[in-house]
Amino acid sequence: MTAFAAPTTEMAVSDAVRAANAQHTALRIIAGGTRGGIGRPSFDVERLDISGVTGITRYEPGALTLEAKAGTPIAEIEAALDAENQMLAFEPMDHRAVMGTQGTPTIGGVVACNVSGPRRFISGACRDFLLGVRFVDGQGRVIKNGGRVMKNVTGLDLTKLVCGSFGTLGVLTQVALKVLPRPERSATLQFQDVTEAEAVGIFCKAVSTPFEVNGAAWQNGTAMLRVEGLDTQVSYRLGALQKRFQGAHPSVLEGEAHRDLWTGIRDICAFAQTEDTIWKVSLRPTAAPAFIAAVQARFNASAVLDQGGGVVWLAVPSAVSDQAAVVRGLVPAGNGHATLIRGSTDLRLAVPVFHPQHPRLAQIAAGLRAQFDPNGILNPGLMAA
Amino acid sequence: MSTIEMPKPDQSVLDRKAQIVEALCKVLPSDSVIFDEHETRAYECDGLTAYRCPPLVAVLPRTSQECAAAMRVCHDLNVTVVPRGAGTSLAGGALPTADCVILGTARLKDVLEVDYDNRIIRVQTGVTNLSVTGMVEDDGYFYAPDPSSQLACAIAGNIAMNSGGAHCLKYGVTTNNLLGVKMVMSDGEIVEIGGGAMDAPGLDLLGLICGSEGQLGIVTEATLRILPKPEGARPVLIGFDSAEAAGECVGNIIKSGVLPVAIEYMDRPCIRVVENFAKAGYPLCEALLIVEVEGSEAEIADQLSRITKIAQALNPVEVRVSESAEQSALIWKGRKSAFGAMGQINDYMCLDGTVPVSELPYTLKRIGELSKQHGLDVANVFHAGDGNMHPLILFDANKPGEQEKAEAFGFDILRTCVDVGGCLTGEHGVGVEKRDLMTYQFNTEDLEGQMQVKDVFDPTWLLNPSKVFPLQVSAQRRAGPG
Repeated sequence: MTAFAAPTTEMAVSDAVRAANAQHTALRIIAGGTRGGIGRPSFDVERLDISGVTGITRYEPGALTLEAKAGTPIAEIEAALDAENQMLAFEPMDHRAVMGTQGTPTIGGVVACNVSGPRRFISGACRDFLLGVRFVDGQGRVIKNGGRVMKNVTGLDLTKLVCGSFGTLGVLTQVALKVLPRPERSATLQFQDVTEAEAVGIFCKAVSTPFEVNGAAWQNGTAMLRVEGLDTQVSYRLGALQKRFQGAHPSVLEGEAHRDLWTGIRDICAFAQTEDTIWKVSLRPTAAPAFIAAVQARFNASAVLDQGGGVVWLAVPSAVSDQAAVVRGLVPAGNGHATLIRGSTDLRLAVPVFHPQHPRLAQIAAGLRAQFDPNGILNPGLMAA
Repeated sequence: MSTIEMPKPDQSVLDRKAQIVEALCKVLPSDSVIFDEHETRAYECDGLTAYRCPPLVAVLPRTSQECAAAMRVCHDLNVTVVPRGAGTSLAGGALPTADCVILGTARLKDVLEVDYDNRIIRVQTGVTNLSVTGMVEDDGYFYAPDPSSQLACAIAGNIAMNSGGAHCLKYGVTTNNLLGVKMVMSDGEIVEIGGGAMDAPGLDLLGLICGSEGQLGIVTEATLRILPKPEGARPVLIGFDSAEAAGECVGNIIKSGVLPVAIEYMDRPCIRVVENFAKAGYPLCEALLIVEVEGSEAEIADQLSRITKIAQALNPVEVRVSESAEQSALIWKGRKSAFGAMGQINDYMCLDGTVPVSELPYTLKRIGELSKQHGLDVANVFHAGDGNMHPLILFDANKPGEQEKAEAFGFDILRTCVDVGGCLTGEHGVGVEKRDLMTYQFNTEDLEGQMQVKDVFDPTWLLNPSKVFPLQVSAQRRAGPG
């Protein structure tokens, strides 16, 4: 891919987009390049590299807010937060292992793809922690929305619209995030030798208690429940949960192994070493076991459950040619969707990467793209052909 | 008396009233169409009572299909529609114009599904906020967003305004607890976005719709997240002799890793009025904090001891940890009666700007200066944990000119919020009240971007067109092609 520009300021991003418009050049927006394999491939594009638009511009630990330019590495943000015992509570997944990419994940990429992790089903997704954005739209206009305060209903929420738009509405230049204190202590109860159906049963029961379970995942026959908070809270919650699940004799995991476990779940490390095609399926947790069984009745797929069963990660042998139709056909209509996260170029050209929408919603989405990117020069076709 | 301008009604629409009523009666049961001039008066205003105007017609559908049919009639006849939930908006979000049809959700009252395993509830949007919790609390669940008007306000309005409440420091606002909607588009088509899963495919249209003040569509059904009730909750009351110390205390609590469910703030003028009214035993000091934590007894005790320690380091006038349910109720009684207490002694205007938590002391000082300048008293009671301020400007509505004076004072306060890095509204919405200040927070391109989104959903600007965007900014669009 040819390099088009590598601006270091918002103004320069705007100039670059205006220039691209004038030359009818389509752009592929990139910073760390760790998530480039997600979405419908495009070939006739040049690279707009915004990794130079970087730096934390404001961090107020007492206000739980952080502002950074879009190209700022996640590692830099996490180091700053770490120094104040704070964190990005939505646990953004690092896609490098599973996508086989190098590079440096950036906050702009996380926001553009609404990347979240295991805590998402309780604490919220990236979009829920995003307070404001500045972006350059497809015409080179600089638009700001939201702000840097925790409660804000002033005007239409373009902040959420831009989050998860995969760079198809604008080039993010700056984001403001709500951050949270890092828990004093974290611990996980592990249940060995359980099926996915049993796991979802455990999740539903556990998450319906007041003990604030904020991680609920299943892989390789093990179900996991995570509790976090102050030391006394974790002790109390572990005890209370153990009592609820007396017969199951779950074991307790803490410390470094615990951290690695959840990083592994967050990054779907179980599938990293395979050549399989990977799907992320969102549905109601109680629908997950039947969904997995139905998929497995059709072909040999492995599954990992996360977020209380609300997310099913599926690894399907890449040779299965009708997998998109099968997987999507089995997702309960109106109550879920399947996104192709890792797939061959051919597959991503042949089938929609994002779950097809109702025609009217697809029309609205196309209408919104036409407003912000009338010439279709920003990540063209990435979300919808 | 009013300083907020509304567009002149379209005479051609007023002239067609009989035709419009007839068309609506054809698609709705006759008791759902209200057009008698005495009866439409019931819809002349919302919670912003200084501004009133009866609508041309009000319709109250009972189903999404009826709502869609009414919307289609208005679309085909090119009549503007003002959606209305329970009419509790403090920002004039449901304020009619004389040439509009009010489309109310009051009769959309059904609970469609309760799913405890997946922790969701699906309701028609005319149900009140508190009744959602009411439907699930016996089974140990609750719906988290809790605006002060929760007894009366409807979920439809909560979604339109992205309502918050005292407990959103921990649980988030409406947008963080909304999983799906059924919505009637401006041409009458019904769409569904999201549902039982945590997110929906494609662009985040749900995030866009929540807080769109009825300008993108009419939400008739909602799928909401419910949560298990905490085991217990207990407040501590902390008094300081300066706003700075209170502000520092808030920051230090937040930084410490304890995450209270609420941090409420009252200043001296507010404490004085509230104490007279509620006899809550508040110390008369410059700044009072009520900090509430949740959990089991042991968890509560640990969190409160940490908070108390932080407060003690800042020389508080008083630290009073509640030791019983009665004491907790008393501590909250004052805070919860603040607006009512103020209303007994004065007319007041309630503002809703948000500032960065670090700017609270400065903002309070500046509000004090502005109070002197404008010659009107002000009392402050607000959600300090997230910087969402509610200055109450006291005035006499019967005195000529005072309403305008109060509005001017309010505008100055909101400009201050923007100046220090905050925003015009944290949870009430823009409506008409803050409409004309939008250009202070946003530049032309910011606003154009927002209006272009409305263009996609509502190309002829039929839905709540005179709100949110200053009239001169939206003039060309409101004129519409029709």
